[in-house]
Amino acid sequence: MLIEALIKIVIVLFTVLTAVSYLVLLERWISAWLQDRIGPNRVGPFGLFQPLADVLKLLLKEDIEPSQSEKWIFWLAPVISIVVAFSVLAIIPFGSSIILGGKSYSLAIASGINIGVLYIIALTSVGVYGITLAGWSSGSKYSLLGGLRSSAQMISYELTLGLGLVSVVMLSGTLDLGGIIQSQISGGWNIIRAPLGFMLFLISSFAETNRQPFDLPEAEPELVGGYHTEYSSMKFALFFLAEYANMITASAVMSVLFLGGWHVPFLHTMGLDPTLLAVLGIGAFALKIFAFIFFFMWVRWTIPRFRYDQLMNLGWKVLLPIGIVNIVLTALEKTYLLN
Amino acid sequence: MQYRSKYNNPKPNRKLTLWEKLYFPEIVRGLLTTIKHLFRPKFTRQYPEEKWEAPAAFRGRPVLVMEENGAERCVACGLCSRVCPPLAIEVQASETELLKERYPVRFEINMLRCIFCGFCEEVCPEEAIIMSKDYELVYTKYDDAILGKDKLLVPKKDLQERLDYLRKMRNV
Repeated sequence: MLIEALIKIVIVLFTVLTAVSYLVLLERWISAWLQDRIGPNRVGPFGLFQPLADVLKLLLKEDIEPSQSEKWIFWLAPVISIVVAFSVLAIIPFGSSIILGGKSYSLAIASGINIGVLYIIALTSVGVYGITLAGWSSGSKYSLLGGLRSSAQMISYELTLGLGLVSVVMLSGTLDLGGIIQSQISGGWNIIRAPLGFMLFLISSFAETNRQPFDLPEAEPELVGGYHTEYSSMKFALFFLAEYANMITASAVMSVLFLGGWHVPFLHTMGLDPTLLAVLGIGAFALKIFAFIFFFMWVRWTIPRFRYDQLMNLGWKVLLPIGIVNIVLTALEKTYLLN
Repeated sequence: MQYRSKYNNPKPNRKLTLWEKLYFPEIVRGLLTTIKHLFRPKFTRQYPEEKWEAPAAFRGRPVLVMEENGAERCVACGLCSRVCPPLAIEVQASETELLKERYPVRFEINMLRCIFCGFCEEVCPEEAIIMSKDYELVYTKYDDAILGKDKLLVPKKDLQERLDYLRKMRNV
């Protein structure tokens, strides 16, 4: 049991870390292509070894700690960010279950967590601490402003995120991610059953992962670099890693909650071999995650950043009321349409 | 007097229409605009492999025109040296058996000083010093940047385009 979990952890961590380093390359490519440029193409064939060069550069940089910083917290903040980003992956079901040697293995590190949705919300809330503490402990006003912004932003948008989640929980009747996928297999994907909830969740995911147009915590033109202004070397790399890992996590959560996770419509009716079905499921899940990540990047290179007051207006005066209305609508839908 | 053109303030405080206030349709429009660019040809020039061919009007490194017989056109009048704003040119004259009677024994352009203004070319009565298309000017030592006659002399046939251009522009 322990060995099984360890193997899964190693596989997931390895995959995600590799994916993260290549997401940085992908982001640079997409930004280049959307601006009629070519993008990185010098290191290796098509620039495919660029992530290696980047990692090497970050490892060899000097690690600077500002004299005004709170050493211990300054060190702790990136660790919190990265731990939170990765620990959500623990409950994501990457596929149905795979049968090897007559024994069935579930494709989630911790399967059957019956409070999965709560776990996600709890951990993403802890993620705020990483950024806020980083901003505060740096002893720099730019970092502090970035940290303050991020705490205000993430608290505001967590409400909307939660309200979007509530509609999913109402429709599925369970907090277990596996159960939510099962309910989508029988009753249709949640993106169709709760489109408004999906929109709310998508928008607040952008805010939660600090991606454009909600990247106020790091707003380069105003705050130099925001909360990670004073960070260098591998500590900075951890924040960088956490941002992209968060993106993967958010995409995975959205795929599970709204796009049926590893489910491909009509595939299980074709009578395929169960092992092949499981592998195809993993592929479909990866594809859905990739689609979301592409969307994240596409939006980043299209929409300019919000102003701080606009951000707050959108969060509290627009998205929150819509979220509450959405719950009522979902309740009506559940009572009258789906019964 | 108002120094405000219609370009720097197109429509001040234009009220948004209801469609624009809905926000999402406009975001979708923006996303469609950017995705179109994904499939457009790229503007990037892959520089060291793909070089830019300068037009005749380009003012690159100043060079001396070398006639077919291997001698320079320059008669060492020193006008270029006189007009040069950053004092980059140094000419030392001497006598020659050729028809032009005078020639430069030493002709040096300090490329660390040159500002590519083209005054030397403009003032030259012999069309002897002209601006070439050479823009890849990298020197690893200070001494390398001071170009003597050996590096300045370029055969006339390689500079024909610029000479024709000067003829054309001067006859206007």
